[in-house]
Amino acid sequence: MEELIWLIPALPLAGALLLVVAGRRLGEPVAGLVATGATLGSFALALGMFANLVSLDEHERILTQRLFTWVPAGSFSVDMGFLLDPLAMTMVLFVTGVGALIHIYSIGYMHGDPRFHQFFLYLNLFVASMLLLVLGDNMLLTFLGWEGVGACSYLLISFWFEEEANASAGKKAFVTNRIGDWGFMVAMFFTFTTFGTLQYAEVLTGASSLAETTATAIALLLFVGAVGKSAQIPLFIWLPDAMAGPTPVSALIHAATMVTAGVFLMVRTSPILVEAADWVPTTIATVGALTALVAATIAVAQNDIKKVLAYSTVSQLGYMFLAVGTGAYVAAIFHMVTHAFFKALLFLGSGSVIHGMGDEQDMRRMGGLRRFMPVTAVTFIIGWLAIAGVPPLAGFWSKDEILLGAWEESPVLWAMGLLTALLTAFYMSRQVFLTFFGEPRWSLEGDGDAAVDPAAGMPGDELPEPKPAGFHPHESPWSMTMPLVVLAFLAVVAGGLNLPFSKDLHFLESWLEPSLFGNGHHSTAEGSEKVALAVVAIAAGLAGIAGAAVLYLKRRGRPATVEAAVLRRGWYIDSSVTWFMGGPGRAAFDAVAWFDRTVIDGAVNGVGAAVRLVGTGVRPMQSGYVRTYALTLGLGALAVLVLVLSRVAI
Amino acid sequence: MGLLATTEAAAHAGDVPLLPLLVLTPVVGALLLLLVPGRRTELIRLVAFLTSVLAAVASVYVLAEFDAADSGMQLVSHRTWVADFGISWFLGIDGISLFLVVLTGLLFPLTIIGISPGHDDKAYYFWLLVLEAGCLGVFLAMDLFLFFVFFEIALVPMYMLIGGWGHGNRSYAATKFFLYTMAGSALMLVGILTLVLLSADATGGPTFDVLRLGEAQALAPMTARWVFCSFMLALAIKVPVFPLHTWLPDAHTEAPTAGSIILAGVMLKMGTYGFLRFGLYLFPEAAVWAAPAMLTLGVVGIIWGAVVATMQRDLKRLVAYSSVAHLGFIVLGTFALNTEGLQGGILQMVNHGISTGALFLLVGLIYERRHTREISELGGLQSAAPMLAAVFVLVVFSSIGLPGLNGFVGEFLTLLGAFISHRWWGVVAASGVILAALYLLWAFQRVFHGRAEGDNATMPDLTWKEGVVLAPFVLAIIGLGLYPRPVLERIEPSVERLLVHMDAQVDDWERPVIEPIQIVVDDAEDDLGDGGDHDAGADEHAEAGR
Amino acid sequence: MDLHVTHAWYLVLGALLFTLGAVGVVVRRNPLVMLMCVELMLNAVNLTFVTFSRMLGDVGGQTIVFFVLVVAAAEVVVGLGITVALLRRLPGATADDVSYLRG
Repeated sequence: MEELIWLIPALPLAGALLLVVAGRRLGEPVAGLVATGATLGSFALALGMFANLVSLDEHERILTQRLFTWVPAGSFSVDMGFLLDPLAMTMVLFVTGVGALIHIYSIGYMHGDPRFHQFFLYLNLFVASMLLLVLGDNMLLTFLGWEGVGACSYLLISFWFEEEANASAGKKAFVTNRIGDWGFMVAMFFTFTTFGTLQYAEVLTGASSLAETTATAIALLLFVGAVGKSAQIPLFIWLPDAMAGPTPVSALIHAATMVTAGVFLMVRTSPILVEAADWVPTTIATVGALTALVAATIAVAQNDIKKVLAYSTVSQLGYMFLAVGTGAYVAAIFHMVTHAFFKALLFLGSGSVIHGMGDEQDMRRMGGLRRFMPVTAVTFIIGWLAIAGVPPLAGFWSKDEILLGAWEESPVLWAMGLLTALLTAFYMSRQVFLTFFGEPRWSLEGDGDAAVDPAAGMPGDELPEPKPAGFHPHESPWSMTMPLVVLAFLAVVAGGLNLPFSKDLHFLESWLEPSLFGNGHHSTAEGSEKVALAVVAIAAGLAGIAGAAVLYLKRRGRPATVEAAVLRRGWYIDSSVTWFMGGPGRAAFDAVAWFDRTVIDGAVNGVGAAVRLVGTGVRPMQSGYVRTYALTLGLGALAVLVLVLSRVAI
Repeated sequence: MGLLATTEAAAHAGDVPLLPLLVLTPVVGALLLLLVPGRRTELIRLVAFLTSVLAAVASVYVLAEFDAADSGMQLVSHRTWVADFGISWFLGIDGISLFLVVLTGLLFPLTIIGISPGHDDKAYYFWLLVLEAGCLGVFLAMDLFLFFVFFEIALVPMYMLIGGWGHGNRSYAATKFFLYTMAGSALMLVGILTLVLLSADATGGPTFDVLRLGEAQALAPMTARWVFCSFMLALAIKVPVFPLHTWLPDAHTEAPTAGSIILAGVMLKMGTYGFLRFGLYLFPEAAVWAAPAMLTLGVVGIIWGAVVATMQRDLKRLVAYSSVAHLGFIVLGTFALNTEGLQGGILQMVNHGISTGALFLLVGLIYERRHTREISELGGLQSAAPMLAAVFVLVVFSSIGLPGLNGFVGEFLTLLGAFISHRWWGVVAASGVILAALYLLWAFQRVFHGRAEGDNATMPDLTWKEGVVLAPFVLAIIGLGLYPRPVLERIEPSVERLLVHMDAQVDDWERPVIEPIQIVVDDAEDDLGDGGDHDAGADEHAEAGR
Repeated sequence: MDLHVTHAWYLVLGALLFTLGAVGVVVRRNPLVMLMCVELMLNAVNLTFVTFSRMLGDVGGQTIVFFVLVVAAAEVVVGLGITVALLRRLPGATADDVSYLRG
């Protein structure tokens, strides 16, 4: 089986290449089917690998393959090689699985787009890069995938490039990510100069020999990289903007897979993190918890159906970092998987809604959609309950484990996590109630002057134009609803991956054990303590749902009190950054350019000007009269003669 | 021509004098061009193209003949020229110059078919071929005098190309380029003569032979530093190293597309190549002495070039400033003075030639269609020209240094090299990758994204012929990104030899290498007793390596 | 009167011819005459060289004369060519009329 690992990323890559060559000719829907086929092929292959891996003894569950030496230079040498261990296997399975579903969904969603084939080309390229990221057996190959997914993300966010906003969002995502990439690169330099290799096998087993300062530096720099990719404070501002891309992209890249790459990286390099100074994990946990909380508060006040989910993603990623910081690596991966299912489901559901609503994204123009789009509504509601932490759906179990880890680390972190859970339940309920419940608000009620806008008075910016009378939302085609159903099913049962009741039910934990080098977090909490924490978490979730129900379903109280402008504007973080970049930042850049033009180039031209000035001064000597020249010549010769003779005489 | 005859006649029996052939092919082609009547444009183009293809084939043949395991000079052609002064016709190639020669050989035919001059074809192609001979000569000459001759020969055609076929402010740009470079090389000539004359005793009579001068190391340290500085100034202007870079944007902006491609692709490398061949090899002690300063200039160049590039309104100026930043990486790698950095630097020279050459070609294609390079007048081109946009974005990513494309490997190795020898320089320089993404993607957005209006909406896409010209660039960008090994393998022995030479010549200097920590497997059953000591030792080791 | 022609006579003649030529270049305006004056100066120098050569018994001086002659011939070819071309374009022009090279 080992010799086939390369096929996993190669299949989507081949699909992408085929689409480069013949995409336009294949057209719709063949191009989409090719891409889907390639991803499904990878998934099938991954399943085969999985079966193979499971059949092995627990400590031998590492498959490796070395293709060729990629970069050999002096003592530096990096292979194009793959490492398939339980951690990578988990990632590969859900990347290809969820990826394939989203491919299928996209065939319906992108129907009629003039660049249909191009979309699938990028999508396949993305899957290939993501698989390289998780399968790479060294940091540089991971970095290759890491940047590859970033580039695909750029191309896909600005896919509808005719809108300036989309183009800007793509650029912003890439540049912000690059700040993180700087950290990743420097971390690699540190790692290489310390270990003499970037191979995970050697780096991770050797990590225990690290000096604390070195480990601290590497771990911190890797975290900088992860902060960029996984949209944590302070680099989270790109993710909400990234929603400018087509919705399947948001689901695949900006919810399920790419943004979790940071978490994957931290878990992959956890042996280094363990060696680092104590304040490093604490920092990671704090950043995670803070991100989770801040993003959740922002999500409360968004009216764009995708923006809510975007901030929700940032918030959930914060959870994962909270888990990483508290050493609960299994919980982080667990939540990553469940989150991939329910968040992809929610995004695809919102895409279905947008599709059915004729490209309307403002929730104030929705309402009562459950009657028009039954499948979307039911699956969306399942996703909602999963993310809100309602047992026994997937989100409850993974979130509970994270909160447990946080509790054992520090009650403050736990409290932040719990508050986030409450807010999560609240804003998701708000979204569901505004979208699927209540009365329709997309067109005016009544006729003529007496017409009333049902959405008037809802807090927020300018309302989009109402739809013309007679507009009816429609359910999406089967290619879009089928993935929703599958994901909904997964969102219900994925909790079974790692149930807390007995050691035997910790499937994920024992599965991941070899990849964590014994650094997995083992809870010391009593059974009763666990139950109490779970009950509190459930209560928080239910409180959030109840609060939203009172506010948006029963329509008691004024939503505007909750949806404050400061929250809608995201605490003004994004606008401050934009202001700074456009104001002082730009002025500084301009000043440098000015200095370059005037001072540095001015000095060069100044030398030229000085020469010219001297020339102007002495040019009258050139009278043009040959006789004058001759006389000067003669006199000059005489002067020399006199000089020489006088010297000789003396 | 007499020279050619003697060289060929005297060549070893059955041995083709490959390198002289390579240098002289463009010369012969240029002379042939003079015989063609000026009206026969097609014939002129054909002769020029075939000549350059011949040279390209020769350069590829050199690559095939090159022995990857040999670190010394290969395919040497050595004939006495002016015996009294020790001047000789000495051509040779090693891993340092190999790929620059191949790059030069391949870039010229692409430039010749890719872009037509518009007027005075005969003179244009004549100068282009002379330029090719000069460029190849610079990379092959192993005699200081011969090198200097080629170095100056290459200057004239470029001056003519910019002045004759350039845009708006061309005579200003051409003059500035010529005078600036000339000022530097005049000083270098003094340096060359000083070196040769002062070494005359040690080398047994004056010689311009680089290898013998390098082995002799006859100069007193302080003198060597002065002479080194004279070389460095000339080469740094050519590179150009911050703050000597301001001729570059002017020259690039006003030059015709072919001029820009060759200038960026080949001529800038004369400087960085000279750093290695002359700076490091002839003056190892001075190079070690100057390394921190040069590294600093490299870092400043990376950041400065990127920042200034961001604020440019002219597309070609932007690419020109991006060159300043990219060459900063090369300087950084070179003066890291270790294998990784030097290899990365040389690879980056090749990569920059490919990426920036392609960028200038693409900008030239846009200019041919839209007759403007002002970013503000362009916009939304992607809807009108999707293929052009696709190639452009690929080249942009390569220039940004996206892993998997060629730019990354070189950039990474130079940064790594710098990090190994001077940690903080590497850390700061790495931030250049953020800025590169900023200015290139911003420019791409303003030119290609958004809604197309007016002429932008009807701009024609790539033609079949242009696609053929761009295809080798695209292939090289992807190929070198995923499989740079054949290139790196051939560079390594020569770089290693250079460093060994430096190590041997400079007493109180060890070339920076990394010392990996001893990995201790702290299994419980494994030597329980001194496990702790092991750990402590490893920690000390790690600290020392810093 | 014993008018023995010593070496000094030749030297004086050379000096006289040279002065004549030099003054001529400076005062005359006809380019043709100026050119002739230059020739005069050259040949004055030649005479001096030959004289010294004989005085010192060194053949070097006479060798140099040949160089000077060649240079003079070349100078006449180029100079006369330019002058004739000039006079053809501007009949009766003086050297002062063609001060195009004025700075």
